[in-house]
Formats: sequence, structure tokens, C-alpha cells
Amino acid sequence: MLKYVIRRLLQMIPVVIGATFILFCLVFALPGDPTAGRCGDRPCPPAYVAAFRAEYHLDKPLLVQYGLYLGRLLHGDLGVNFYGNTVVSELAARYPVTLRLAFIAVLVEIFVGIAAGVIAGVRHGGFLDYLILVSSLVVISIPIFVIGSLAQLVFGMKLGWFPVTAGDGSWSQLVLPGFVLGALSVAYVARLTRANLIDNQHADYVRTAKAKGLSGFRIVTIHTLRNSLIPVITFIGYDFGSLMGGAIVTEQIFNINGIGNFIFRSINQRDGVSVVGAVTCLVLVYLLANLLVDLLYGVLDPRISHD
Amino acid sequence: MTEPHDSSLAKDALGSSGATALGAVLEDDLSGIDATTGGPVVGTKPRSLWSDAWYDLRRDPLFWISAVLIVVFILMALFPGLFTNKDPRQCDLSVARHIPSPAHWFGTDIQGCDVYARTIYGARSSILVGILATLGTAIIGSAVGLIAGFRGGWLDTLLSRTGDIFYAIPLLLGGIIILYTFPNQVGTPYIVVVLKVVAALAILGWPSIARLMRSSVLQVMPHDYIQAAKALGAKPGRIILSHVLPNAMAPVMVVSTINLGSYIAIEATLSYLGIGLQEPAISWGVSISDASGLGYVRSAPFMLLFPSLFLSLAVLAFIFLGEASQNAFDPKRH
Repeated sequence: MLKYVIRRLLQMIPVVIGATFILFCLVFALPGDPTAGRCGDRPCPPAYVAAFRAEYHLDKPLLVQYGLYLGRLLHGDLGVNFYGNTVVSELAARYPVTLRLAFIAVLVEIFVGIAAGVIAGVRHGGFLDYLILVSSLVVISIPIFVIGSLAQLVFGMKLGWFPVTAGDGSWSQLVLPGFVLGALSVAYVARLTRANLIDNQHADYVRTAKAKGLSGFRIVTIHTLRNSLIPVITFIGYDFGSLMGGAIVTEQIFNINGIGNFIFRSINQRDGVSVVGAVTCLVLVYLLANLLVDLLYGVLDPRISHD
Repeated sequence: MTEPHDSSLAKDALGSSGATALGAVLEDDLSGIDATTGGPVVGTKPRSLWSDAWYDLRRDPLFWISAVLIVVFILMALFPGLFTNKDPRQCDLSVARHIPSPAHWFGTDIQGCDVYARTIYGARSSILVGILATLGTAIIGSAVGLIAGFRGGWLDTLLSRTGDIFYAIPLLLGGIIILYTFPNQVGTPYIVVVLKVVAALAILGWPSIARLMRSSVLQVMPHDYIQAAKALGAKPGRIILSHVLPNAMAPVMVVSTINLGSYIAIEATLSYLGIGLQEPAISWGVSISDASGLGYVRSAPFMLLFPSLFLSLAVLAFIFLGEASQNAFDPKRH
């Protein structure tokens, strides 16, 4: 196990370096003006351009620039935005709300998605199976900003079941946005659970359990489901990336003052330092989440960590 | 089991090793569910992988629903004039935000433009971005995957690790960074605006296709016909083009079809965020973005509803098509 952990950690290093290098190149090193779009719709004044070039050492060789950039990242320095605040402090003030929102979305994914997948898998080939398969495809096809706006219109305004916006980000206000954010992944989780359940139904240990005379319910809950959930759990971890992308849209729709809304507002105010800093931070969080999922995978499925 | 042996062997190349394909066949014999529905009836002539899949596809209602939708959307993108005679840029502020009526089937938007005409004309951007981005990822990804799988060794390691790095950047987040770094000016031509979105999706999207192509090339490589071609002295280019590629590209095509749908959705999301396509470009994402201001959702929901409906139907059509062909190519179905 220790060997597995160390190997995973070592494999992570080139990915982090490579990903930050790509982001760095995209922002600073590609042909084009790195200060474009940083001063609203007008070109930046020469004094700002000079200060910017000095701050990011843009006159030095590429690799030196990147090394200095990485050093700043490691110190948690994502830059200072329009308002003179550091991007890190802006993010620090907002992350609890986003975390709560993501937590609700993941809960929805786990409970609704796995339940739907189990129903479809157990009724394999039946009407309920077909219904869940097709409706999951429909949910996957509807972009999140459409689901969000419709949910807000129907459940918030017409029916009045949920608050229309979530200004202060309390748990009760975040329920509807959480469902919206989780909706897409619910469909994937349901399909994945179903497929794994069906694959595992013919495994030897299931036949043994049947031969021992266990009830169908017990076979599914104790034996098949437990083995079918391992890929589902890893999916939920990898899905974190799209969850954070979705949070940008969801938070904007429900006016939640979280990291997503901060990014959305920064895009529209053309506050480049904030956009790039916050998104870079999200990519790093995503990489970290992937690492944790890989380690968890090793714990859940001993076959993985033993080779 | 009425299936000719050859076709199950041919399908074998698609994605499962001989042992699992055989296992699936045995299971079907035991359970007796799928064997009755999937068995072909035509003659004794063995069918190829592709004609076998086409045989299944023709019998799938999902395929026909999606095919009809896709044809309609492509016609809409090519010849919007077939569907409406109104000009989407002909707007009249005095009739802003009118509800649907015989004159304006889907109502009018904030600027008094006809929502129906704008929705029809919006198809072009979405379909264009979807198709070009899919072509881009499929070409880059397949080329990288083929080389990595065929050559192996250090080149494989280098290409695969490079892919891992790009794969680590989520599509939407990376797209925001790229499009934000290369902003559009007021006078930027339409095609450049579209190509920027396409480039962003292609740069970030190719590794998943490359992984897929590499793994199916690795599954095809040990087969006898490749060994035979090598023994006969065929050049690598010939082996790749006439033996490896035709047998390894099915999974890539299936996944690319599904991706086409999701690229359309991501384009709309980026446009909604204000950095994908922008006015004066007409697109579903732009229309939805205009319509989703809080006050408008309440007072004029039709402005939001119709572009959203078309967008979702377009995405759905491609995902349905991908799903149907996935089922048709799946060796486990028989």
C-alpha cells in the first residue's frame, strides 16, 4: 500500500508541473499580448504594461519566467485584482459557500444517482430500466444553465417551494441550487451504477450467494452493489472538475456569493487577474481531488494497490 | 446461438478480449434474454463489423429519432431560409418582449427581434462549433493514439504522459482561460470568433480520444491479419491505413458522436458566460444568456424556453445517435 501511495504521489508531480506550465503558456507566453483584456475594453496604458511585464518577469527566458511563476503559485500568490485585493483573499472569503453547494450536489449524486442505477440494474431490460436510461440521456442533454433557469422559474417562482435566490448561502437556500448542480452527474452516476450492477450479476460470487439461498435483496445490497460502487466512487471524484465548472453557472443563476459567481463577475468586468487566478486555483483543487480519489481507489479495491 | 462465428470474431476487435466476448456469448445462452432478439436472419454469408453494426442500427428507434433530428438541424444550419422568411437582425424595439403570436411564433426578445428567426439562425453557430471541434479532437486524438499504440516504446510514453497533462485540465475551466486570454474585439470576423472556441475545445479535448484510440490499436495489433501483413512485408503506413485503422476506429467514432453533443453544450455554456460567441453572432447560447436576466425569466419565459429547447434537442440528438451506435457496436449485446 505504501509503495502504491508513493508511486501515485510521484506520478502526480509531472502532471501538476505540466498542467501549470500549459496554463502559464496560455496566459503569458503565447504570441499575443498578455495584457490584452486586463484593462477593460481599452488597451492598457504603457505604464501598466511595463509594471505587468516586470511583475511577471516577461523579459527573462521562458523557463525562468515559468519557474518564478510556479514559485509564486506555491506561495499562494495568485495576483492582485482591480480592487487592490489579493485573489487569494477574495477566494478565501467565498469558498465556504461553494463547498456547501458542492457538498449538497455530491449528496444528491450519491443518493439519487445510485438509487436510480440500482432500480434500473435490478429491473434490467424492463420498463423502469428503459425509462431511467432514456430520462438520464435527456438530463445529460440539457445544459446546466437551462436546468438552472427552469428550476428557478418552476420551483422558485411559480410553485414557491424554494427560495428564488440564495444571497447569504445558508444550507436551506442551497438545496435547489445543489440539485441543479448535481443533476448532470446524477444521470452519469445512475448509468454507471446500472452498467456495473448488470456486469457483476453474472460473477461467481453472486452465483455462490444464490446457491447458498440468500434473498435477492441481500445479494444486491451486500454483494453486487458493494463491488459495483467502486468505479462509481472514482467517477464522483473525477467529476469534480465539471462540478466546479457547473458551479460557475449555478452560482450566477441563483446569485450565490461563492467562487463561481466571483469568476463569472470577473469575466464580465474583464478583471483578468481574478479570472486567471481563480481558475488556476480551481484546476489545482481538481488535481488534488483526483489524487485523493486515486488513493481511495487503492484502499477500496486491494487488487489495484497490490501490483 | 444462430450467430455466425466470423462476426463475433470481427466484433472481438472492437473492445473486448476473446475471453470476455466468449463469456458474454455463454451468459446469453444461459440467460436466454438477448440471444433471441439479436440473432441475424440473413443467409449464411458472414458480415463485416460495419455491416453488422448497421444491421443492428437500422432496427433501433433511438437511431431513427436522432437521425431525423440531426438532418433537420443540419438543414437549419445550412439553409435557415427554408424554415423562416424573417430576418433575425430585423428588430423593432416597439414590439419588444411580446408573447408568442401568429406574427411572432416564439414571441420577441428584449430588442424586439423575432425569437423564432433567431432560434433558427442560431443553429448554424452551434452545429458549426460542434462539428469542427469534433473533427479537430478526432483528427489530433486519433493521430496521437495511432502513433502511440503502433510505435510503442518511448514515443508511446511521451505521448501518453503529454495527454495526461492536458487531460488534467477540465474542459470548461481551461476553455475560460483560453478564451479569456484571446479576447474578441468589436470588429473580429465571425469565423475567427467561432474558430477560437473550436481551438479551445480541440486543444483540451484531444487526450480522451487519443487514449481511446491507443487502447483499441493495442487490442487490434496482436491479431493474425496484422501479423500476416507484417510477414508479407507491408509498410507501416499501409498496415495502419488498411488494417489497423478500419478495425480500431469504431469506438472513436462512437465517442466522437457523443462528444459532438457535449461540445455544443459547452459552446453554449461559454457563450452564456460571455466569453464564447458574442453579439452580433447569433447563437442559442447568446440568446439564452440574453433571456436569463432575472426579471426576464419571470416576465418573458418564452425568450428562454425556445432557444433552450432547440439547444437541448440538438445535444440530445447527437447523444442518442452515439448511444445507439454504441449499442450496435457492442459485442456483448449478442
